[in-house]
Amino acid sequence: MGIEAQFQKVEEKLFQNRYLVDSGQPHIKVMPHDKPSKNLLAMTHLCPAGCYSQAENGQVELTADGCLECGTCRILCEPAGEITWEYPRGGYGILFKFG
Amino acid sequence: MIEEKFDAIVIGAGMAGNAAAYTMASRGLKVLQLERGEYPGSKNVQGGILYADMLEKIIPEFRDEAPLERRLIEQRFWFMTDKAHTGMHYRNDDFNEERPNRYTIIRSQFDRWFSRQAQEKGAILLCETTALELIRDGHDKVIGVRTDRSGGAIHADVVVLAEGVNGLLGARAELRSVPAADHVALAVKEMHFLPAETIEARFNLKADQGLVIEAAGTISHGMTGMGFIYTNKESISVGIGCIVADFAKNGITPTQLLDNFKKHPSVAPLIAGSEVKEYAAHLIPEGGFKAVPQLFGDGWVICGDAGQFNNAVHKEGSNLAMTSGRLAAEAIFQIKSRREPMTKANLALYKKMLDDSFVMKDLRKYKDMPALLHNSAANLFLTYPELVSKAMENFVRVDGKTKIEKEKDTIRNFRKARGFGLIGDAIRLARAWR
Repeated sequence: MGIEAQFQKVEEKLFQNRYLVDSGQPHIKVMPHDKPSKNLLAMTHLCPAGCYSQAENGQVELTADGCLECGTCRILCEPAGEITWEYPRGGYGILFKFG
Repeated sequence: MIEEKFDAIVIGAGMAGNAAAYTMASRGLKVLQLERGEYPGSKNVQGGILYADMLEKIIPEFRDEAPLERRLIEQRFWFMTDKAHTGMHYRNDDFNEERPNRYTIIRSQFDRWFSRQAQEKGAILLCETTALELIRDGHDKVIGVRTDRSGGAIHADVVVLAEGVNGLLGARAELRSVPAADHVALAVKEMHFLPAETIEARFNLKADQGLVIEAAGTISHGMTGMGFIYTNKESISVGIGCIVADFAKNGITPTQLLDNFKKHPSVAPLIAGSEVKEYAAHLIPEGGFKAVPQLFGDGWVICGDAGQFNNAVHKEGSNLAMTSGRLAAEAIFQIKSRREPMTKANLALYKKMLDDSFVMKDLRKYKDMPALLHNSAANLFLTYPELVSKAMENFVRVDGKTKIEKEKDTIRNFRKARGFGLIGDAIRLARAWR
């Protein structure tokens, strides 16, 4: 494998992982907001799977399919109610081959 | 729906959960273990190092069968600047002993094995089952759990919450709070595959021998954090972790931080040409002694990462998890043997056993360390590595300057650093260590 293959974009890194996606049932949801809080906005760079992004209207959106279930967003955003964070249904989500 | 009532329900099939399930089942208790992943280990991430002593106390003959990667014979500590590392390497032939002290492991394989041992002792394992909430009776005693598998409740005398750093059940039931952002680190890790011979040549190892590199310095961009490199049989685990509160302020992405570490001139040659097969992220409890929550109550105990059991200084988590799981199981067995109920007063025995063990004693020893590392991060991870590197370069590089002149340069640099609080940091560090 060439040197460039070691330094992929996060979406490509996730492509090596094994998931069973629970389509249409995201286990994390961003609550409706006009302006994202500091912590919610921080998730756009802090999420290790790049699940959070900022839309043109300034609101923070989430696509949970590549979620690694680390819980960083739960630590920062759940206590203030900016997101809801559940485990995926049993058997779904990230399935680490090595861990 | 499961009609049967169990002696204990264990939430999670990681280190703590498997240790608890194995210990209780092997003493004849009726144990149900719930795991939300497809198989034990499928949700678990670790560097990872296995400490033999703590597993021996549970399964003495584990070396015969357990999936172990390499026995560790060398430890390298690297103090890093952008282009250099100042290292301290410790290698000892005594580590090639008959019963080695530490091994690298791959968690998804190890956890499956450990869980199988518990099942062979009689524990019942239900995978792909997410526990949703604890059930309590009219007196607030925990009497079972509700899962996403069937609407029905599963009942037991005691619930062992070995649900990991994110454990939702305990937090939902307000047995403990969501960990604070300065009490957890986010670590990202990649599995780099290379032929065993290549790994052995690059790291100066023989077959089955392994080593660990722990690296701190400018690689964490002023955040409290560390990089690590672990040799497995045919792969190298490369990762870096920093405190979540620091990450939130810093602005760098975890993947960028990891890629920068991999590109460091001291690291890149070690992993050159590897094939990356997995990218993982996980939280590590870093709050230490002061972050440990209430660990027992009427009908429940907390073990492992869920109890913040991690010794951040020595990078020991899994052995504290295993030991807390084993002690919870032994306490439950003792109470059961006396035919007494699983009340808070009786389960206090678990906490007493923990207090008497290395788990709480080690955590107490370093109780001031997490805050110190966090508060002095800029100095410890940016200023001092540069200082040490400059002193080393000054010592090693031959450029016509007299040695007296060089020595003066180094002393001048250290004097300047006194302005940053070098001496104060040294004293605080010594105190927190003691």
